[in-house]
Amino acid sequence: MLKTTKISIRSLYKIFGNNPDVMMEHVLNGLGKQDLLKQHAHVMGLQNINVDIQSGEITVIMGLSGSGKSTLIRHLNRLIEPTSGEVFVNGENVLDYGVNELRQLRRNTMSMVFQKFALLPHKTVLENTGMSALVRGEDIEETSTKNLKWLERVGLSGYDNHYPHQLSGGMQQRVGIARALASDSEIMLMDEAYSALDPLIRTDMQDLLLELQKELHKTIVFITHDLDEALKLADHLVILKDGYVVQQGDPQGILLNPKDPYIEEFVADINRARVLRVRSVMSPKDGRLLKITGQVQASDNLEKVIALSGGNTNCCYEVVDNDETVGTLHMKELVRALVP
Amino acid sequence: MAFYDNVFTSVGLSDWCKSESEGNLLTMSDFMSKSGQNEVSKIEGTSFWDIPFPSLDALNASCPAIARTRDMTSGLEDFFLATKDAIKFVLDPMTQPLSWALDASLEIFVAMPWFVLIPALAVFAFYVARSIAIVGLVLATFMFFAFIDHYLHAVQTLSIITVCTVICVVIGLPLGVLMSKSNVFKKTMIPILDMLQTLPAFVYLVPLIFLFSVTESKLYGIAIILYAIVPIMRLTDLGIRLVDKDVIEAADAYGMNSRQKLINVQLPLAMPNIMAGLNQTIMMALSLVVIASLVSAPGLGVLVLRGIRNLELGVGLVAGFCIVMLAILLDRVSKAALSRINTTQN
Ligand SMILES: Nc1ncnc2c1ncn2[C@@H]1O[C@H](COP(=O)(O)OP(=O)(O)O)[C@@H](O)[C@H]1O
Ligand SMILES: [Mg+2]
Repeated sequence: MLKTTKISIRSLYKIFGNNPDVMMEHVLNGLGKQDLLKQHAHVMGLQNINVDIQSGEITVIMGLSGSGKSTLIRHLNRLIEPTSGEVFVNGENVLDYGVNELRQLRRNTMSMVFQKFALLPHKTVLENTGMSALVRGEDIEETSTKNLKWLERVGLSGYDNHYPHQLSGGMQQRVGIARALASDSEIMLMDEAYSALDPLIRTDMQDLLLELQKELHKTIVFITHDLDEALKLADHLVILKDGYVVQQGDPQGILLNPKDPYIEEFVADINRARVLRVRSVMSPKDGRLLKITGQVQASDNLEKVIALSGGNTNCCYEVVDNDETVGTLHMKELVRALVP
Repeated sequence: MAFYDNVFTSVGLSDWCKSESEGNLLTMSDFMSKSGQNEVSKIEGTSFWDIPFPSLDALNASCPAIARTRDMTSGLEDFFLATKDAIKFVLDPMTQPLSWALDASLEIFVAMPWFVLIPALAVFAFYVARSIAIVGLVLATFMFFAFIDHYLHAVQTLSIITVCTVICVVIGLPLGVLMSKSNVFKKTMIPILDMLQTLPAFVYLVPLIFLFSVTESKLYGIAIILYAIVPIMRLTDLGIRLVDKDVIEAADAYGMNSRQKLINVQLPLAMPNIMAGLNQTIMMALSLVVIASLVSAPGLGVLVLRGIRNLELGVGLVAGFCIVMLAILLDRVSKAALSRINTTQN
């Protein structure tokens, strides 16, 4: 599948305060976040963000609380205006949009899922799911069959006439996801969508998202402060710190080659056997003659291979991807990859 | 000689003072001194402790060109009388529908036989409150009114409250929304609302009596509306400003325009506060409709007034008791409607 860039963020800056444009000059002259706050009482929200978001992928933006994740995602549909920079969606700069074009973008191209669900408390689950249709002025009766299907798809069949306050947090967020899906938008923005949920429910919801994504191939921008969640979901991982991008790329690559002590610290507590995939640690096919013990998939995680080997470090596996041999994995390589 | 004579002479204004000395209205103290019972004008030897405040009257004694307080109030009155026709010319046609509405509503309420109106009220109460207990309260209260022959007066009071409350909502709700949208408008409205709320109820009636004849029902209608519109405006504004920011953000993220946001998000989510405002508006309308019987508003207030005027203690007390019952009734019905809204949210 050919990747195309869906959203492209270029040199994006956001400064909070009374005089952002004046501060912008100081920042371009090299003033840092701390000094900006101390000397000028302005908050640096984002600095020089450059990110490409590929269509059909889940791009995860990760960072600690206060690192500017929410600020960044709100620039994509311009809930927040940047101080400087460009945001291209499908090749068009959304910062050039007028009120009407922006509204069309929000109605048709992007949907959003929120940390605190943000459902309409006085409307039923079905009515909440039909929010997009309502906003676009579509016939509610006509869309309700479709919306019921989405509710079923997120595991809420039978709850269509309930009110949000009658549902648990996890179920409310399912409504939030159904509402986003029912808008048929190509892009889904999810701002810490699962951060308010209990761990077990969270795992369920992550699985639900992956399952839906296998079918729908949406362009998803997912925000989280949890590295496990990020590694589980991400096709492309962007790590934010104090408003700038510390490192971005393939999550496996970041895990194996952290570029910054900040990320090393993050990565240290990860269960690497579960997160790392065979394809990231295997050796490419090079014609060496090895004694092959068996076959593993490139997308398997290391945990699975360890279980397969029964702990025998002399095993060596042939790695296949789509019925094609792509490399070999020796257990010694695998074990080495388990320590950072 | 008056106390401040020297002041005017020293700044060289004594000629100007004398130039217009005659032809002013008599004040009470003038009158007293003319009849020789007063010693105010004997200034020589005024002790330190008797130095008068340089008020209009004191200054006038030394310098007749300065107006007295009495002249000021009568001037205001003249001004009011002079502009009265102009104000009336604008205000009269504008407020005429209010008279019609009040009169028509009174006629309808009174013309309806009791065996139609009482069940109708019960059905209405059930519709807004969805509670059998409330319906029972409505039935019991009005049958009690009817039993002690206060039914007609109670219904008249209810009719006036209904009309005025409806108008308060029709005018106050949009103004409240406007206040929530515009900080400038809110800042200009707040002092006006503060004034309307703090003025004693009687003060409303003073300028209105000047403008309209006491036989016109809009006289008390306007007084009630001015008094009772404040809470619905305040609480509409507050309610909309308190709507959960996250939900507003969701509405924006899905591309709602401001009208869609108002109808689908802000007003429904502000509804508990708006209903609390409506409850207060109703209660304030009730309190003023009683006082407005001074200016010929019909209803239970008339009986209270009769009790005071003729010292008919029993009449006054029973009417007062009926007002309390009506107040409880209106409060319970509107609070029940409010709590019904609260349970469908959150
Ligand atoms: N409206 C605002 N005014 C001033 N500072 C803000 C505003 N919004 C966010 N910030 C600041 O910007 C930084 C990033 O905030 P946010 O994007 O909410 O972080 P995150 O979502 O990663 O927790 C924080 O330091 C926050 O205090
Ligand atoms: Mg956030």
